[in-house]
Amino acid sequence: MVIKYLIEKEFKQFGRNPFLSKFVFIFPFVMLSILPLAANFEVKDLNLAVIDNNHSSYSRRLVQKIAASRYFHLTGVPSSYRQALKNIEQDQSDMILEIPPSFEQDLIREKNARVMISANAVNGMKGGLGSAYLAGILAEYNAEIRQELLPSAVSSSQTGLEVSKLFRFNPLLDYKFMMVPAIMVMLITMICGFLPAFNIVSEKEAGTIEQMNVTPVSKFSLILSKLIPYWVVGFVVLTICFGVAWLFYGLWPKGSLLTIYLFASVFVLAFSGLGLIVSNYAKTLQQAMFMVFFIVITFIFMSGLYTPVDNMPQWGQYISDISPLKYFLRVMRLVYLKGSSTADLIKPFLALCTFAVVFNTWAVLSYRKSQ
Amino acid sequence: MISKTQIPEDKVIVARDLTKKFGNFTAVDHLSFEVGKGEIFGFLGANGAGKTTAMRMLCGLSKQTSGEAWVAGYDIARETEKIKRCIGYMSQKFALYEDLKVWENIRLYAGIYGVPEKDIAGRTDDLLKRLGFEAEKQALVKSLPLGWKQKLAFSVAIFHEPKIVFLDEPTGGVDPAVRRQFWELIYQAADRGITVFVTTHYMDEAEYCNRVSIMVDGHIEALDTPNNLKQQLEAKNMDDVFHQLARKAKRTEQ
Repeated sequence: MVIKYLIEKEFKQFGRNPFLSKFVFIFPFVMLSILPLAANFEVKDLNLAVIDNNHSSYSRRLVQKIAASRYFHLTGVPSSYRQALKNIEQDQSDMILEIPPSFEQDLIREKNARVMISANAVNGMKGGLGSAYLAGILAEYNAEIRQELLPSAVSSSQTGLEVSKLFRFNPLLDYKFMMVPAIMVMLITMICGFLPAFNIVSEKEAGTIEQMNVTPVSKFSLILSKLIPYWVVGFVVLTICFGVAWLFYGLWPKGSLLTIYLFASVFVLAFSGLGLIVSNYAKTLQQAMFMVFFIVITFIFMSGLYTPVDNMPQWGQYISDISPLKYFLRVMRLVYLKGSSTADLIKPFLALCTFAVVFNTWAVLSYRKSQ
Repeated sequence: MISKTQIPEDKVIVARDLTKKFGNFTAVDHLSFEVGKGEIFGFLGANGAGKTTAMRMLCGLSKQTSGEAWVAGYDIARETEKIKRCIGYMSQKFALYEDLKVWENIRLYAGIYGVPEKDIAGRTDDLLKRLGFEAEKQALVKSLPLGWKQKLAFSVAIFHEPKIVFLDEPTGGVDPAVRRQFWELIYQAADRGITVFVTTHYMDEAEYCNRVSIMVDGHIEALDTPNNLKQQLEAKNMDDVFHQLARKAKRTEQ
């Protein structure tokens, strides 16, 4: 079996590369210990400026209620909207709440009052979530006032709709739990996408591939010998990830480890195949690097790692359909947090298998033994 | 078109109007020649004359634009993989794995060419003994001096006892003593019946060949034994022969 000699050679070379062999072990530790803490979407400590034009007991109560919440810091009580905007420009506050002069009057007489929220949306996430939190506090305040002013109305017509939230599978809605499986996917993508791509190209640059091309070795064996080592590396990295996630965050998959390994094995095969395709077309390491970077970044952003796929425009969702990352990411989160089993995940499994077959066939076909 | 039956038994390389174009540039222009079994065939020419391109076509690394050629009885256009089983190749650029040890490189290529695994270790030791490399068996190839690397590359290229070995400037950049040793290795291989197809810049090496061809601007300007060439051109040595012929070159050096 020729392939045996080729795989032997790949492993020897990998082991002898002092940087690469260490990097594969250090990389998961660093990424998993730092990124989940940094990639936190929860917005806290928003700086709020309140323009109270009313100065009534009702408006003060509202301001107190807001200040009591852990999301907001009351940074100032400017006298005018213009001054408040200046505060935003100077980055002293993120949001403005303006209470009109007729607030109390309107509230008592017309049982209806208006306030205005302006948010600095330079950081869209902060602006959006901040306004939503503030609106939530206002709604609560609204309910309290209503009960006081119109006790009868509340009991009769305005029974109100009480919404209770229950976050299934991630009860505390902790972003870390959502990010850890995602970062594992990213790690495996980078290691199994970048390394095979650079492998063949660096052989092209060194000229060693030419010596290989004058031998009768088949393209299939050659490609397989480049795939299998990264497949093994992928497994090692994944195992390290499980350990780190448990050690640092106490996170252990709810579902079976075997399910994850099964999906990972197909995913790695698919993504390494993609890396090999790149290396077949690239002539220099620089070209390969740029191509893989482009593909990996695109796939990561289109996969739902940071933003839900459902929020994307229709065309974006179509693109995310051709990203193997999307399927593997979904599987990882489901197995880790919800405990889904292989039987529940037939669709992503078939999708990943399709990618593996298509990419690797393409990799074999695009490999040229002669020019 | 020539058919398989028309190839003379004793010819291991037959080229007929072999041509390679890169865009408008004709690197190899209607090359026709034959190489006999067991011959040491020198392939001479200035830089950019098309030697490497011609050799790459014969090895199946490059597809010809037109013309045809047969290597070891196989068509270079259609039976490339069969040709690869019967040839050894040593490129101009050192192409063994620098991060593998000497014995690991030998084992890798022996395995690829289908040398039985039980024979590999023994034959490796024999080879290293012949080369005087026993002490370097465990050394990483990148730690070897260039001359040793070249000898190793040649030995790896003929480890599987090919019918023909193609050597592209095998002695480029090595000192005269090593060049001599290298040619001894070539003679040993030729004695075992391996046909040697070698390109070189060194005209003293041309004298060691049974026959030489001199390529100028993509076509063969002269092809004969070194002695005949010297007589025809009334030259005192091959260097003189080369200068007389290469003077006709119109291509500037690339």
